[in-house]
Amino acid sequence: MTRPADRHRRTLKAAAASVAALLALGACSSSGDDASAGSGGSASPNVSGTVTVFAAASLKESFTKLGAAFEKAHPGTEVSFNFGGSDTLAAGITGGAPADVFAAASARTMKTVTDQGEAAGTPVVFTRNRLEIATLPGNPEKIASLKDLTRSGLKVVLCDKTVPCGAAAGKALDAGGVKLTPVSYEEDVKGALNKVVLKEADAAVVYRTDVRAAGDKVEGVDFPEAAEAVNDYPIALLKNARNATAAKAFIDLVRSAEGRKVLTEAGFLTP
Amino acid sequence: MTSLDKTGAADTLAGRPRRARARAGVPLPLLLPALLGLAFLVLPLVALLIRAPWRSLPEQLTSTEVWQALQLSLVCATSATALSLVVGVPLAWLLARADFPGRGLVRALVTLPLVLPPVVGGVALLLALGRNGVVGRWLDSWFGITLPFTTAGVILAETFVAMPFLVISVEGTLRAADRRYEEAAQTLGASRFTAFRRVTLPLIAPGIAAGAVLAWARALGEFGATITFAGNFPGRTQTMPLAVYLALQNDPAAAIALSLVLLAVSVAVLAGLRDRWVTAS
Repeated sequence: MTRPADRHRRTLKAAAASVAALLALGACSSSGDDASAGSGGSASPNVSGTVTVFAAASLKESFTKLGAAFEKAHPGTEVSFNFGGSDTLAAGITGGAPADVFAAASARTMKTVTDQGEAAGTPVVFTRNRLEIATLPGNPEKIASLKDLTRSGLKVVLCDKTVPCGAAAGKALDAGGVKLTPVSYEEDVKGALNKVVLKEADAAVVYRTDVRAAGDKVEGVDFPEAAEAVNDYPIALLKNARNATAAKAFIDLVRSAEGRKVLTEAGFLTP
Repeated sequence: MTSLDKTGAADTLAGRPRRARARAGVPLPLLLPALLGLAFLVLPLVALLIRAPWRSLPEQLTSTEVWQALQLSLVCATSATALSLVVGVPLAWLLARADFPGRGLVRALVTLPLVLPPVVGGVALLLALGRNGVVGRWLDSWFGITLPFTTAGVILAETFVAMPFLVISVEGTLRAADRRYEEAAQTLGASRFTAFRRVTLPLIAPGIAAGAVLAWARALGEFGATITFAGNFPGRTQTMPLAVYLALQNDPAAAIALSLVLLAVSVAVLAGLRDRWVTAS
């Protein structure tokens, strides 16, 4: 889906804000080539070359930051990302796309990869994402709960049940015993969010990280039923990884304290 | 006009033996790329047929959602074509026949939706006709009309994307058509509009039909502008391409089955029309 340009700008700004942290990171690892225990956790000495990471679209902001940190910490490496819907990425991997690491937005999509024997080892859950209601800025409709979304005259969009955010929203609605008829089932989470950003819909059920990324264009409302539908994000080294050493180092960085910090800043929950 | 066409057809018939002789000598530098091009277009469709889940097909096709989506697709594509005809043919006439400054610019503007990614077209429609849009806010506050998330929204999105095909096609036919027929009608006392209605329109009918078929086909497959502007709700705005895309997310076999339905229906319609109109052009 389309992403407003200003979201991009905000991402850049956020990236700039974290430059200080990254610089510190880079400095500490480049000072000692071998003993770069600094950021990457258990970074091994001969990490080099390109790491190809297939990651869920919701990880774009955080992983781009972590990729830059990784390249700083290991001079001569390059992290190449392919962000997209987890299902599409999983289909690509099982279809033979050259990837070293797969980070999925749901256990189900990771399972399609492990079922085909494409993962090396067991995937690890490295972060989690929780749903939130995105409302117009200032919440003019005074939406405070899932139940409020069923008010007549309110235009609510959900993700389609075939995509992870829609499946999660369905679970949360079931948990709350709320029967909701939206005006649209969007094809992905950004599509749902954008309908609120463009003020065409009054509310959407999206991820916390999307609300965070949209800045002041939307306002997030937490709801208790979201706890019933938290999405696990597993990450795995792939069997056909061409650069397993660097791939492992990248996974270590994602799971390190530094990685957790970047993910938390983006609105993700600790696993 | 029909008599003219018939003479044309007779000429072709009479000329057939000579043409057949010419065909035997198709130059290799033309034949090879032509066959390659044909294979490139047909191969993906063949692959779709080979990999189609034939066994589960009956089950897929009996779901009400499929029929709902198919029906909505046909209704919306046909309405979008009708809308394109109503405003597109006069627009094409304006571009081909009227002299006004900035005509080149107008033509460029008309063709813009052809190059615009449809998703961007959908966002542009939202900014113009959405609840908070430049024009849409007045539609909402004066008439209580909101277009996003409605079937009317689907038709508008499809028209936006499909109409340029019709305009370009009709304009081309108008330019190729002999102006002297219109001039003769006018010297015999017909007004310019009567000449258009009674002389020009029948003259360019095959071109209009070809343009309408193009526009219809484009509208039928429309995805990006539709899902962006009108959203996705079964029975109201979920057309076949949307249903196919969403099925693709977790059930590729179902997506292939749906695509086959769409393909079969469009081939049937286009083949039916071809005999009637399209070959005439």
